[in-house]
Amino acid sequence: MIIPFLTVIVISAVFGAYLWQVGPGGKDISTLPSAMIDKPVPDFILPPIEGRQDGLNSSHLKRGVSLVNVWASWCPPCRVEHPFLMELARNGVAIYGINYRDKPADAERFLRNLGDPYQKIGADITGRVSIDWGIYGYPETFIVDQSGRIRYRHVGPITRDVIDKLIQPLLTKIVKK
Amino acid sequence: MIPEIGHYAIALAFILAIVQGTLPLWGAYRNNDALIGFAAPAARFQFVAVLVAFLCLTVSFVESDFSVSLVAQNSHTLKPLLYKVTGVWGNHEGSMLLWILILALFGLMVGEMGRNLPSSLRARVLGVQGLIGVGFIAFLIFTSNPFLRLDPSPIQGSGLNPLLQDPGLAFHPPFLYLGYVGFSMAFSFAIAALMEGRVDPAWARWVRPWTLAAWTSLTIGIALGSWWAYYELGWGGWWFWDPVENASFLPWLLGTALLHSALVLERRDTLKSWTILLSILAFGSSLLGTFLVRSGVLTSVHTFATDPERGVFILILFLIFLGGGLLLFAFRAPLLKSGGIFAPISREGALVLNNLFLTTSFAVVLLGTLYPLLLDAVGGGKVSVGAPFFNATFVPLMIPLLIACPIGAKMAWKRGDLAGALGRLKLAGAAAVSVIILSFFLDGDRSILPAIALGIAAWLTFGTCLDLYEKIGFSRLSSGKILSRLRSLPRSTWGTAVAHFSLGVIVAGITVSSVWQVEKIQVMKPGETVEIAGYRVIFNGVERVAGPNYTSQRGSFAVFKKTEKIADLSPEKRNYPAENSSTTEAAIHTNFYSDIYVVLGEPDKTNGWVTRLYYNPLVPWIWGGAILMALGGCLSLSDRRLRIGAPRSASATSSATTL
Repeated sequence: MIIPFLTVIVISAVFGAYLWQVGPGGKDISTLPSAMIDKPVPDFILPPIEGRQDGLNSSHLKRGVSLVNVWASWCPPCRVEHPFLMELARNGVAIYGINYRDKPADAERFLRNLGDPYQKIGADITGRVSIDWGIYGYPETFIVDQSGRIRYRHVGPITRDVIDKLIQPLLTKIVKK
Repeated sequence: MIPEIGHYAIALAFILAIVQGTLPLWGAYRNNDALIGFAAPAARFQFVAVLVAFLCLTVSFVESDFSVSLVAQNSHTLKPLLYKVTGVWGNHEGSMLLWILILALFGLMVGEMGRNLPSSLRARVLGVQGLIGVGFIAFLIFTSNPFLRLDPSPIQGSGLNPLLQDPGLAFHPPFLYLGYVGFSMAFSFAIAALMEGRVDPAWARWVRPWTLAAWTSLTIGIALGSWWAYYELGWGGWWFWDPVENASFLPWLLGTALLHSALVLERRDTLKSWTILLSILAFGSSLLGTFLVRSGVLTSVHTFATDPERGVFILILFLIFLGGGLLLFAFRAPLLKSGGIFAPISREGALVLNNLFLTTSFAVVLLGTLYPLLLDAVGGGKVSVGAPFFNATFVPLMIPLLIACPIGAKMAWKRGDLAGALGRLKLAGAAAVSVIILSFFLDGDRSILPAIALGIAAWLTFGTCLDLYEKIGFSRLSSGKILSRLRSLPRSTWGTAVAHFSLGVIVAGITVSSVWQVEKIQVMKPGETVEIAGYRVIFNGVERVAGPNYTSQRGSFAVFKKTEKIADLSPEKRNYPAENSSTTEAAIHTNFYSDIYVVLGEPDKTNGWVTRLYYNPLVPWIWGGAILMALGGCLSLSDRRLRIGAPRSASATSSATTL
């Protein structure tokens, strides 16, 4: 009979600890940690989506400036941003995909119906690699420079504004260097 | 002046809540009638004081009094009147005040309508209700005061979040709060019963209507929220397992369980401590939802601007009420004597099964919602739990629950006859099997899961109808008798039937809309046509229009079925300059079987526009089903057996009644 009470105490303690962490001057969760910025991309090897040829590993990201986009067919905002990825791909931006916890058939149908903006896609079926990348929500998009360093991280769908004000200027800046 | 009156009134309400939360409890303990007598008047005056405060804030919003800080931050002179009023609860402080108003309203209702309650029970219920009031009014006054002034006051306000300027969302919070706060009644009754050390069928009969009212409101609130997500977010979906959506769904699951277990307590005088525990947890999960949304531990479209000080305050309230309630439960529940015994195969057994599945699914959704937060709190890193987790865990729990539902409703109390119940449901079984076979072979993909889900929908709807058919006695009575049976059948029986039937409708809507949705995303130039699910959609171009407080790019689409034009659709992209943000307004044509859903995207450089077209079959059934479900709740609520003060009539006791 005392178990429900103890459970609540434990949950409250954890909440309290968390509140204390996010308190004034503490961990900021609204902008999300950018611990990955200016760090090299984590080492990983991902198989292709079942039935496809490509697959993705960290060495692919050291061959030039690229965008890494984490997506899933079941994620509605991923559909919203998809036309913009197509547009960026048409404009010659190299986009690599990490397909997060998806069913191969669904992912395949998504790409077949809506178009495939990705140069290569790795299937992160267990979600393990996404944890290394520090993925918080989906979709997420990273800008990676020639040397394989993460330069920018965008959480949430890409919009016209994000392309015009953030992605394009940053890409131009990185390429010029 | 008016904000000061409001400020004064809420302070007065605080004092009255303290009176209501202390004297009657002490009086009930010492058997002092004079102290007990404080309960009802305190509740009455507390309600009046909170109402005055609420009206003062509303007046400040309607008059755009920007010297009030809250109004300046959340309103704007150009805003339509409706949204000036609903803007009162479109922010943290104002919505807390609405919450307190509803709490005081429930207190008033117990005080005025609960005259047939034993006086000590009524005093204790009102006392606990008063203590909850003390907690929340203190929270409002000390951390979120809505009446603070600004000096100098700005000329113009900064407007309300445009996503909230919408009729669906305007009335979503009040219904949701009626639900959340409604569960505080079940909580207060549970705590009062633990203090009394006595729980009996009469107690359950007093608790049921409050729970039913809360549950019905919560159903409407959740449906409104999901409807809003469907047409306002423009993603073509209607439920995203967002933590904040889950926060409203969790109390609903427990509330549903509570409705069913309180029934067993009322009819059979058993499952006492379980029902008490559910009453405490249902309100606890409402508090948890409040904490998640307002403390700043989650980020979501729904969350209010937050600061950790408020989070700590709500956490303390959560700890006091839920922790305190459960501690009391731990000490007092073993004293409750259990009544009637029953065989596993019986109505009681079926309702226990129902509770088992509902609470397990509650635990699963709770785990999925809190896991990322708990892991991050202990330094385990960031993870996210998305729709796949919930679909993989929640759906399998629902399938047996839904299959068992019509069978359980046909069981007798104490000892049921499973073979007999199944035998009487053969027709529904046949309907279910034929639906499964039909949809399996008619669907191009030949997928088995959707076919089974549709079979379950048929099973639920047909099973419920068969049950009613039998209760009315169509097969064996003369027409005159049938008419009198129709009239004498308790409203609660109708309520149960309607609610269970609506489950089938909702299951059908969810299945068909998620499996057979058709989606087309493309760039369209004016004059171009896209075919979708047998409809032709012509894009006529985009024009700029000005709204009262926004400018808009409005697309014009014509929908044709064969050669006949059936609808003009005008999806919009609105830009709100005052708030410096924009919203998408999807345009929807519905014929109650399916929706044609059009969203206007971004322009490209060659005069083309990205457009997203969806064909969403049976989506309207989801909300139709939710409305039916709420209607079922209202029908049950209007049953005279549940109306407070109505004695149990002989017919109500003898006929087989359910929820």
